[in-house]
Amino acid sequence: MSLPPVTVDLIAGAIKAVLMILIGLNLAIFLLYFERKGSALIQDRIGSNRATITGIGKRLGMPNLGIINTLIADPVKLFTKEDFVPDGADKFLHTLAPFLALFPVMITFVIIPFGDTISIAGHKFDLQATNLNAGALYLLATLGLGVYGVALAGWASNNRWALLGGIRATAQMISYELAMGLAIVSVIMTFGTLNLQEIVRGQGGVWFGFLPRWGIFTQPLAFIIFLVAGVAESKRVPFDLPESESELILGYFTEYSGGKQAVFMLTDLAEQALVAMLLTTFFLGGWQVPWLMRDGFHLPGGAFLAVPAIAVSLLGIVAFLVKVLALCIFLGMVRWTLPRFRYDQLMRLGWKGLVPLGLFNLLVTAFVVVATGSVQ
Amino acid sequence: MPPFLYLFLGALAIVSALGVVIQRNPIHSLLALISTLMIIAILFIGEDAVVVGFLQIIVYAGAIMVLFLFVIWLLNLQAESGPTGHIVLKIFGSLAASALAAELFVFLGAPHFKVKMYREPPGYGSLESLAGKLFTDYLVAFEVTSVLLLAAVVGAVALARRIPDAAGEGSSDPRAASAIRAAESSPRVQG
Amino acid sequence: MIPLTYMLSLSAIIFAIGVAGVIIRRNILVMFMSIELMLNAVNLAFIALGSRLGSMDGQVIVFFVMTVAAAEAAVGLGIIISVFRNRETVHADELTLMRW
Repeated sequence: MSLPPVTVDLIAGAIKAVLMILIGLNLAIFLLYFERKGSALIQDRIGSNRATITGIGKRLGMPNLGIINTLIADPVKLFTKEDFVPDGADKFLHTLAPFLALFPVMITFVIIPFGDTISIAGHKFDLQATNLNAGALYLLATLGLGVYGVALAGWASNNRWALLGGIRATAQMISYELAMGLAIVSVIMTFGTLNLQEIVRGQGGVWFGFLPRWGIFTQPLAFIIFLVAGVAESKRVPFDLPESESELILGYFTEYSGGKQAVFMLTDLAEQALVAMLLTTFFLGGWQVPWLMRDGFHLPGGAFLAVPAIAVSLLGIVAFLVKVLALCIFLGMVRWTLPRFRYDQLMRLGWKGLVPLGLFNLLVTAFVVVATGSVQ
Repeated sequence: MPPFLYLFLGALAIVSALGVVIQRNPIHSLLALISTLMIIAILFIGEDAVVVGFLQIIVYAGAIMVLFLFVIWLLNLQAESGPTGHIVLKIFGSLAASALAAELFVFLGAPHFKVKMYREPPGYGSLESLAGKLFTDYLVAFEVTSVLLLAAVVGAVALARRIPDAAGEGSSDPRAASAIRAAESSPRVQG
Repeated sequence: MIPLTYMLSLSAIIFAIGVAGVIIRRNILVMFMSIELMLNAVNLAFIALGSRLGSMDGQVIVFFVMTVAAAEAAVGLGIIISVFRNRETVHADELTLMRW
């Protein structure tokens, strides 16, 4: 094809952006399924297994895995429910809030790298929808914007318990945003760049011949801080106080039904998937497969296995997805194991626990970076 | 950035700014201000000031505006109903603002206001160059700003604190105090 | 690059709208928001001129303006809360205690 390079870049960028958003949404749906059936597995019960289409599964003798229930029946139910605005509520804000909640999460999916640069037909493609040079700053910006959807949802519902949930959610999000920012800054200092693709590339190679240079080995404390703060940001258990399903009905989105409630739940799950992707990118080596270089496997014993370039890229993508899925399942298991934090415990953990730890980590990282001379 | 995109963003920014000033509901004003800040951040990024543009979103649209939102909630401000201000004030205000805008146009478009354009050095607007300037030429201002922020935090906490008085009512809020007194002195309703 | 006049005129228009907001609106919270508008218009002018002069000084000054605006917003909102607690109003025309 003889399209000008700019057009090819534009089309490729658009396809990659849509692809990343679809991957994010699909991960959210997978998390939803895991929440029904996986939680059932953990809690030693069966979970959803009733919905079928003309009973075909039962006739063929297959056990009902609840797939139709979660993936078809639930969305159909949610999107065909009546969509109302409560009496006396601000109609504009009530309708705007779900969009404001979902938008920052969706646009953050595009900066996550899922593969190295590949060249197809002589043209270089970055396996990352947008390669921003200030990617980590963009990440902090979109995380900060996530507050508004929640805040306005609580306020616009004209319901004092929804407002309470909204205020608590906002306070929780801005507190843990700080801890997350400190963890990210430590990682940035270690790798010396704001560009997410460069951070992942910097996690290639090995130490001592066998240990991959993943971020978790250089920044273990930042990993823990980011994990805890990320779970708190996405308002998942054990930090789901704003949405306490057994206390405040649905917290800040009590007065939402139908499609808008589906959007809020999707935001919750998509943000959890996003946190898993960010943990993978910063700490678990992103698309780096251990011991795999551009030309093949350099195994610790000294063996070398040549792998064609296209397989290297595919292995990278598969490794990324495997890591993200593993983290999602881990976060799901945490969800069904731990009880919920109380509000003051949550605030105390955020401000008196994570922020001092983050600052201490930052200080130690700064000393180590300057002492080992890795600063340019 | 291509001129049509700039014109579109500029028009959007002006409409949002007008929305801040015109809206009756303070939360709608706040939303309009947030959108103006985001558009200005996009314009920053278009002018190659990438780090400052993202900082604008993180600091201004992400933190300061949330502070405004909390204060609006705390004061429970509703949409203003009824006439707001004297009509003479509105006319005078609009005329004064238009006169200011016209004067600025005359000054900025005049032939003597010519800026000698220099090419941007490589790495312009990146974090390294911003940090380089901050920690060498502007180091004193940087340190003083940190003290200023500390003073602001202490001041804000001191101003917004509720001092519990002797009766333990816990507030200097006249409305709450009068409501508590009315509730205590009203005759009990028989079941 | 976009002609400098366009950026400066956008900055001037937003600044003038901020001034109009401070004069016309009587709700002190909205007046405060108009002040933030004015600060942002000035930031835009700084960045535009800085990038045409090829100097990072514009961006550093915007950094400091943003920081000072954050500090000022915190203290200003604290003042507004105190005023509301004592006067029960946020309408500027009713805050006439210090008028002779």
